[in-house]
Amino acid sequence: CPSPLSPGAGQDVGRSCILVSIAGKNVMLDCGMHMGYNDDRRFPDFSYITQNGRLTDFLDCVIISHFHLDHCGALPYFSEMVGYDGPIYMTHPTKAICPILLEDYRKITVDKKGETNFFTSQMIKDCMKKVVAVHLHQTVQVDEELEIKAYYAGHVLGAAMFQIKVGCESVVYTGDYNMTPDRHLGAAWIDKCRPDLLITESTYATTIRDSKRCRERDFLKKVHETVERGGKVLIPVFALGRAQELCILLETFWERMNLKAPIYFSTGLTEKANHYYKLFITWTNQKIRKTFVQRNMFEFKHIKAFDRAFADNPGPMVVFATPGMLHAGQSLQIFRKWAGNEKNMVIMPGYCVQGTVGHKILSGQRKLEMEGRQILEVKMQVEYMSFSAHADAKGIMQLIRQAEPRNVLLVHGEAKKMEFLKQKIEQEFHVSCYMPANGETTTILTNPSIPVDISLGLLKRETAIGLLPDAKKPKLMHGTLMMKDNSFRLVSPEQALKELGLTEHQLRFTCRVHIQDPRKEHETVLRVYNHLKGQDYSVQHLPDGSITVESILIQATAHSEDQGTKVLLVSWTYQDEELGSYLTSLLKKGLPQSTS
Amino acid sequence: FFQYCLSGHPTLPCNVLKFKSTTIMLDCGLDMTSTLNFLPLPLVQSPRLSKLPGWVLKDGSTFLDKELKECSGHVFIDSVPEFCLPETELLDLSTVDVILISNYHCMMALPYITENTGFTGTVYATEPTVQIGRLLMEELVNFIERVPKAQSASMWKNKEVQRKCYTMPEVNAALSKIQLVGYSQKIELFGAVQVTPLSSGYALGSSNWIIQSHYEKVSYVSGSSLLTTHPQPMDQASLKNSDVLILTGLTQIPTANPDGMVGEFCSNLAMTVRNGGNVLVPCYPSGVIYDLLECLYQYIDSAGLSNVPFYFISPVANSSLEFSQIFAEWLCHNKQTKVYLPEPPFPHAELIQTNKLKHYPSIHGDFSNDFKQPCVVFTGHPSLRFGDVVHFMELWGKSSLNTVIFTEPDFSYLDALAPYQPLAMKCVYCPIDTRLNFIQVSKLLKEVQPLHVVCPEQYTQPPPTQSHRTDLMIDCQPPPMSYRRAEVLTLPYKRRYEKIEIMPDLADSLVPLEIKPGISLATVSAVLHTKDNKHVLQLPPKPPQPPASKKRKRVSDDVPECKSLKPLLSGSIPLDQFVQTLEKHGFSDVKVEDTGKGHIVLLQEAETLIQIEEDSTHIICDNDEPLRVKLRDLVLKFLQKF
Repeated sequence: CPSPLSPGAGQDVGRSCILVSIAGKNVMLDCGMHMGYNDDRRFPDFSYITQNGRLTDFLDCVIISHFHLDHCGALPYFSEMVGYDGPIYMTHPTKAICPILLEDYRKITVDKKGETNFFTSQMIKDCMKKVVAVHLHQTVQVDEELEIKAYYAGHVLGAAMFQIKVGCESVVYTGDYNMTPDRHLGAAWIDKCRPDLLITESTYATTIRDSKRCRERDFLKKVHETVERGGKVLIPVFALGRAQELCILLETFWERMNLKAPIYFSTGLTEKANHYYKLFITWTNQKIRKTFVQRNMFEFKHIKAFDRAFADNPGPMVVFATPGMLHAGQSLQIFRKWAGNEKNMVIMPGYCVQGTVGHKILSGQRKLEMEGRQILEVKMQVEYMSFSAHADAKGIMQLIRQAEPRNVLLVHGEAKKMEFLKQKIEQEFHVSCYMPANGETTTILTNPSIPVDISLGLLKRETAIGLLPDAKKPKLMHGTLMMKDNSFRLVSPEQALKELGLTEHQLRFTCRVHIQDPRKEHETVLRVYNHLKGQDYSVQHLPDGSITVESILIQATAHSEDQGTKVLLVSWTYQDEELGSYLTSLLKKGLPQSTS
Repeated sequence: FFQYCLSGHPTLPCNVLKFKSTTIMLDCGLDMTSTLNFLPLPLVQSPRLSKLPGWVLKDGSTFLDKELKECSGHVFIDSVPEFCLPETELLDLSTVDVILISNYHCMMALPYITENTGFTGTVYATEPTVQIGRLLMEELVNFIERVPKAQSASMWKNKEVQRKCYTMPEVNAALSKIQLVGYSQKIELFGAVQVTPLSSGYALGSSNWIIQSHYEKVSYVSGSSLLTTHPQPMDQASLKNSDVLILTGLTQIPTANPDGMVGEFCSNLAMTVRNGGNVLVPCYPSGVIYDLLECLYQYIDSAGLSNVPFYFISPVANSSLEFSQIFAEWLCHNKQTKVYLPEPPFPHAELIQTNKLKHYPSIHGDFSNDFKQPCVVFTGHPSLRFGDVVHFMELWGKSSLNTVIFTEPDFSYLDALAPYQPLAMKCVYCPIDTRLNFIQVSKLLKEVQPLHVVCPEQYTQPPPTQSHRTDLMIDCQPPPMSYRRAEVLTLPYKRRYEKIEIMPDLADSLVPLEIKPGISLATVSAVLHTKDNKHVLQLPPKPPQPPASKKRKRVSDDVPECKSLKPLLSGSIPLDQFVQTLEKHGFSDVKVEDTGKGHIVLLQEAETLIQIEEDSTHIICDNDEPLRVKLRDLVLKFLQKF
């Protein structure tokens, strides 16, 4: 029975970390950090997992779904500071990009903010040495019983959903995914794998988003208008993911409209990021893959590297800056510079975690208390455009339809919205749906059938016996199930005996039936024969004067004292008891008068 | 279990396996050696090739002189070249369920198999295999189609196994039938069979295949390499425990060491260029060329060749170079880690950036402006019968300063050169074939220990030209089963088990008994359901309650024959305890006699006799059913049921 425990992702988007126990195996799904906190609360509480004892002994493996820090940000802390030496699985692009984002975040936290008790660069490197890269659809055998398999999830480059399987029990964990292809990624896809449990994100549990085209037009219009009136546009993004999609969008728009205002991308990660997209182009959508030889979509003509000094330049410009929730770094610096001018605009293209500046301005706050009790008045326009590639309610339902799970568990969303989605899922699919809080354990009972090996001899014998004209008619089979060291084999009873080195003990019965018949013995036998052969059995009269009915033997002798009485000896084995018992009772009733 | 062998070429295999009611084609290689019998197709009008005399038979008859021409002392067919197809008479191609492709060289006959044959199945291949296979086909079609040949000879043929090249629409249609797979992906076929591709180490995306049911395992090893070149290393461990291992695609030059050949390649190239000559390397647009470019990347500066231009000419040159950089996940570890930096995995990116390597779709256009000599040209086709290579053979053949270096092992270089003789140009033969040699094969077989090995007949005897080299054949126990073109083999299997599922409610009803330490038994009586090759055991339906009315008979019609079967018995009866039990149950006059083999227990009043021996018990009594049943139950107490 899979029982997920979630020390991280419950009903509050921000930190994913789920523990699943399935058929005795323990797997940790994602290891995210909460971007809204600056203290211990930013990392999941790993003491939930095991009070005492090493994590390496308890966990069979760790799976990371994608490179966003709310899914992998606590990994070096977990593996190097808490201590875990087992395998960590992620896709190739995630393995490539994850350490760069971790290092970037570490720099902001430690070098700029001067925080201590954080992981070091070396810890990130040591942590990544424990990572095993997996291909899409590859069946990875973690150990003899536990296997995992990755499916394409869209969302960001290298994002994957994972199937975790032990015997015939399985769980699918979606991580973050999107069910509609966008300008650079394809849509998530999974086969009808019928997991016992589907753990799905539900960030946009109630939203059914309007068409992508509309949102794109809206975005371009807003950027264009601001630039036209000489304003500056700040787009806080994460270096990889939405950024590339919006760059492609703006690049083609600038090209078409022949615009001259500069577009910048905050340096550092950018160029590198685009390199990753070029090298992992097989993970992007079909259109980009098909045309990459002629024109690589990630080589931008209009988008230039940003320098800090440019922020004070006069005139319009568009700047993509990291990080995406305005909680630190360059995006926050630029925001502070531009916030006071109502001509400017900030466009938040994704979700912001509570506690971040991004979240505050999106919820309407216009006076922000910054470090050092400074108050920042926000006069610039604030726009929210949901470009983050999460599945909406429609998408979540679609994935459930694809995978056909027996149970659904919602994580990574807000309680109220999840409740609504839960009802919808239960209504439409008639499966149980759960939504545990942080630190809560959900137990799901499964009722798996048990696969066993059946000896071909037995199977063939049974199908041969049962082969009636109507092949659909069920056949009854008899066999012996041998259970030895977790191996289950169904064999014929004879084979079971033989394999155990035992001999059969034959139990035989012989009953004496007295019959009044003055005739000679062989004539009595003949009468018995005639009496029985009308029945539905194979009856034979043997040369030695005995009769067999199937395997039952009947002999006649004269009574030692009474010549008018014959004694019929009816003899059978335990296995033929029914027929033997039936024949004795039949013979006991006497023989019909001879017709011959 | 049968194997239909449709190709006689050991490195361009095409076999069909009938395995548990599925029909699986393993590879569809295209034998192109037949093109060596044709005249080269020149890109630029060649005065020499257009004025060849017709061939006249010894008796003077000239009926073939339009089709056959004499050139350099050999007879060639003056026609569009044709290829040798796999055998198509042996079985109906429309019955093939799936085709498994092992590498891009072994899929070149695909359009002939899947188009216009009634084929409705699915083809499985890895993404690099498909992409590069597409490039190879595109190049081939381009080479043939851009030199329209007026005549298509047919009189010389005596059999219809040779066919003209396919077209791009046919290629696209064939490739659209391919489903992409990844290494170690388990693919279910009709619930009966599972196939899995494994890395074979030979080329980008090249795979061996496991074809298995729950109890049989066939490994198909085709074009594998243990050398460290650019692809992901070969997965050997997963080949273990095979019942049958089909072995094809070994090295075609078992006596040549690839490393030594690469060394010779570089030194010959450098020597020619230093002396002011040009180097021509006839090659395929993907594969070994990546390794050669990487060697040259490391070699040119030290050899003082930094100013010599390298040209790669092929209609798919650009695509091939670009594609090679995006399949990081299919590359060896070193190249994979480069992508994490992020840097392109192959150094030819740098050669292109620094203008040392230039690529062109053909000799026409930009190339003619940029062309500087001395230079090194990589171009196809390795058969020297079509493609841009024909032009360079004509252009450079007359000067002894120039060198042609043969690296591809698919064609005999002497045959390839035949229509160009006499040549002044130097010819160097450095075949680079990284596929398994016989020493590696015997090591591999020892390691994975298949029960049976199946291979083309060529591998069971020394090469015809080196009959004393008994080391150049497969040596294993039991000896391999060999096949040849158009043969049908029966594969040896001994299947003993099948998978069956016990439903949870039935499992709950079972009562296991520990018979020996660690071994438990339970007798099972259940209903067997079979659907889509899957077997399921369910709880038998409860015998219907006899209804109050007398219509008993009819009810039982729907119920399967649930005749309860009596189990087998085992064990022996301990005499003393048995007698005590009898006495406890009211038999007061028990008498025991010794018979030598066992005992006879007499119940005098009941006139009953029980013979007890080690392995049998015989109860002889009057026709008194309650008594018999009582005695039976007392005996059964001491026995185990199976």
